Amino acid sequence: MSALLEIAGLTAHYGDFQALFGVDLTLEEGATVAIIGANGAGKTTLMRAVTGVARVSAGSVTLAGEPITRLAAPGILTRGIAMVPEGRRLFPSLTVEENLLIGAHARRGNGFWTLERVQALFPILKERRHSPGTALSGGQQQMVAIGRALMSNPRVLLCDELSLGLAPVVIKEIYAAFPQIKDSGTAIIVVEQDIGQALRVADHVHCMMEGRITLSGRPAELSRDAIHDAYFGVSHA
Amino acid sequence: MMLIDTLAQGLLLGGLYALFAAGLSLVFGIMRLVNLAHGDLIILGAYLILTLATVTGLHPFVAVVLAAPLMFGLGWLLQTHLLNRVLGEDILPPLLVTFGLSVVIQNGLLSAFTADSRKLTAGPIEAASVDLGIVTLGVMPVLTFASAVAVVFALNRLFYRTALGRAFRATSDDQTTAQLMGIEPKRIFAMATGIALVVATIAALFLGTRANFDPSIGPARLLYAFEAVIIGGLGSLWGTLAGGIVIGMAQAVGASINPEWQILSGHIAFVIVLLLKPRGLFPRAND
Amino acid sequence: MTINRNLGLGLAFVALALLYALPALAPRAVVQDLFGILTLLVLAMNWNMLAGFAGLVSVGQQAFVGIGAYAMFAAIILLGLDPLVGVLIGGVAAAVFAVPMAFFAFRLNGAYFAIGTWVVADIARLGISQWKALGGGTGTSLPKGTAKEMAFVDQIKAMLDVSSAAAADALTYWLMLSLAVAMLVASYVFLRSRMGLGLQAIRDNENAARSVGVDPVRLKALVFLLCAFGTGLCGALAFIQITRVTPDAAFSVIDWTAFVIFITVIGGIGTLPGPIIGVVVFYALQRLLADYGTIYLIVLGCLGIAVMLFARRGLWGMFTDRTGIDLLPLGHRPPQGGRVTSPTRRTA
Repeated sequence: MSALLEIAGLTAHYGDFQALFGVDLTLEEGATVAIIGANGAGKTTLMRAVTGVARVSAGSVTLAGEPITRLAAPGILTRGIAMVPEGRRLFPSLTVEENLLIGAHARRGNGFWTLERVQALFPILKERRHSPGTALSGGQQQMVAIGRALMSNPRVLLCDELSLGLAPVVIKEIYAAFPQIKDSGTAIIVVEQDIGQALRVADHVHCMMEGRITLSGRPAELSRDAIHDAYFGVSHA
Repeated sequence: MMLIDTLAQGLLLGGLYALFAAGLSLVFGIMRLVNLAHGDLIILGAYLILTLATVTGLHPFVAVVLAAPLMFGLGWLLQTHLLNRVLGEDILPPLLVTFGLSVVIQNGLLSAFTADSRKLTAGPIEAASVDLGIVTLGVMPVLTFASAVAVVFALNRLFYRTALGRAFRATSDDQTTAQLMGIEPKRIFAMATGIALVVATIAALFLGTRANFDPSIGPARLLYAFEAVIIGGLGSLWGTLAGGIVIGMAQAVGASINPEWQILSGHIAFVIVLLLKPRGLFPRAND
Repeated sequence: MTINRNLGLGLAFVALALLYALPALAPRAVVQDLFGILTLLVLAMNWNMLAGFAGLVSVGQQAFVGIGAYAMFAAIILLGLDPLVGVLIGGVAAAVFAVPMAFFAFRLNGAYFAIGTWVVADIARLGISQWKALGGGTGTSLPKGTAKEMAFVDQIKAMLDVSSAAAADALTYWLMLSLAVAMLVASYVFLRSRMGLGLQAIRDNENAARSVGVDPVRLKALVFLLCAFGTGLCGALAFIQITRVTPDAAFSVIDWTAFVIFITVIGGIGTLPGPIIGVVVFYALQRLLADYGTIYLIVLGCLGIAVMLFARRGLWGMFTDRTGIDLLPLGHRPPQGGRVTSPTRRTA
């Protein structure tokens, strides 16, 4: 059986600067993959290239056998890849509830995730449903952003730097929702700088450095030192 | 007595200006586009109603129902084929394209319909009036004002209570993230311009039944509309209505002193409001 | 490249010498025609400076033309001054009017600045219509023979051996030609100066410019005032030849702003030679389509739109891109203009 999402030889540029050098990555149905790496490793560019926000210069992205490399962002969403963008990016003129509802703008059929189920996942979103999205705390905004992405009933959920700028206790609260998201059948890719969190949540971990995947494996197989080296690029020197 | 009458006439005139302005306000709120051809598109709408009414023999109030979808289609095509291609960081291309469009429409109408003044004839309703004791108001001006309130109310509902309105606001906030929600900004913009031209068609109906029009009067309507939008505060539809009323009343008061001062008084009211409140009467919080 | 430039400069000087000699060589009708072209050229160079370099898209240039013209008429009719002094007064009056206009219009951001200037121009038109001493709404004419009694006309008449009217035409023509040359040289020098480079830096990135110590508002206001002065001079000079002024003609948005915008856009906005190329194309089109009335304006509008869609820096921009020749290089390329949704966010 072929993988749900297959990324092969993906190359992308950020302005004149090449940010990705032939990245290969597969995501199985229902799996959770973590991508870790330092600032500037190319993680966000990879997410943006997969979701059609950044242009791909070479390589391919295939979702359930369908090539989606050249599609624009809206087309990729309707095929089942939703993203929680870095910095959350809630819509300031929409309320919390409207931010969730807009996630269902191009919803694929009837899936597991509904407004009620998202609000059950993060009860605070029901309580604060009439507040402007941007009036919430950072952690609550992150919950809105995750809920908004789930509202499209994605086959693949991409989470870019969920823990950025949040307190450890808040990060824990957010990741506590992940088992339920996995149970709904959604495959997940998390991009993280928080290595510990990534290792806890993922079935498979990839380390990125300077636009390449430098180390891959199951969390249990990877030693702290190997990850450390892949993260900071020591062993290649 | 005279003053109350003047103010009442001004209030009703303000309704017409709010109708001119509502479409402009909507489009600016969603895509930050200032359409310099908006006034000429209203005049185009008036000629379209005139033509439909003449050809089919329908009353202008019925002909407008035929004209509205055509204008919506025109707005959609204009946006997808022309304006979407020049929207961006640089404000110059969209301004110059809409300015070019203004000149093209004006002169297109001139060669099709000559410079003669035309009017939409609505029949006996034009002369009808209602006596309210203190003032007597024409039925048509009252109808114009009521339409303006209805249009602003409907646009507000659309903007804040529907899925389309949600997509309008999301796109206006952040185009890139909106695309991640499956929204196609270019379609959203096309929809917005289509709706703006439907409102322009309603404005055209009242413009054409109220007074004579000819191909050259578009830019002046653009200026009144623009003044109403700015006075009201960018992005606020009720503000746009209030802005239209301020311009209408100022013009009525000016005209009652000296007919030559009508337009000038409106402009001066605009300047004064802007000097006192640079962001308009009802500025939107997150602009 | 150097050979090209020297050749270009040489040709330009020969052309300029011919243009100055024209009143002695060509019939009066040709001089009058060229006067009209030069008028549009000066207006276009001023507007190009505003919109193309300072990012100030004004649709209110007719205010300065009208004020310049009316101030000149007032100087002659009400004060009995020489028309040439009147022209100077026209320029000054336009610059003075630009002060409150800038104070007001600069409050309007970006695109709304365009309509704001348009409103102010309309206020000026309506205000001048109330000036009964100069005919109010119906306007007024210069006293008969005013142009012939201008300073220097007698000398020119003797020198060229022509009628007084032709000598007056020659004088206004020379003045307009000199204004155009002065405008071109001044723009070139200014744009290559520290302030001019600052201005172009602002156009490309206002915040970056501010961070290196350029005050965008002051610099833009300065350009706005100078261009008002130039436009006012031009308007006053133009109306010496027209001899009759009405508010509608002097403040015509089509004649003094729309044409000028199309000339600049077609020739190449944000380039110095753009207005020159544009005015030549404009004149050729006018001649070609003279018999078709309004079609001419429709063609012009469509051409302007097409340029914005397909070649944002106009004919001159296309020429420099194809050949690499730039006769008046500013050492700085204007921005190429962003499209919708270009991702500009920082990556991690």
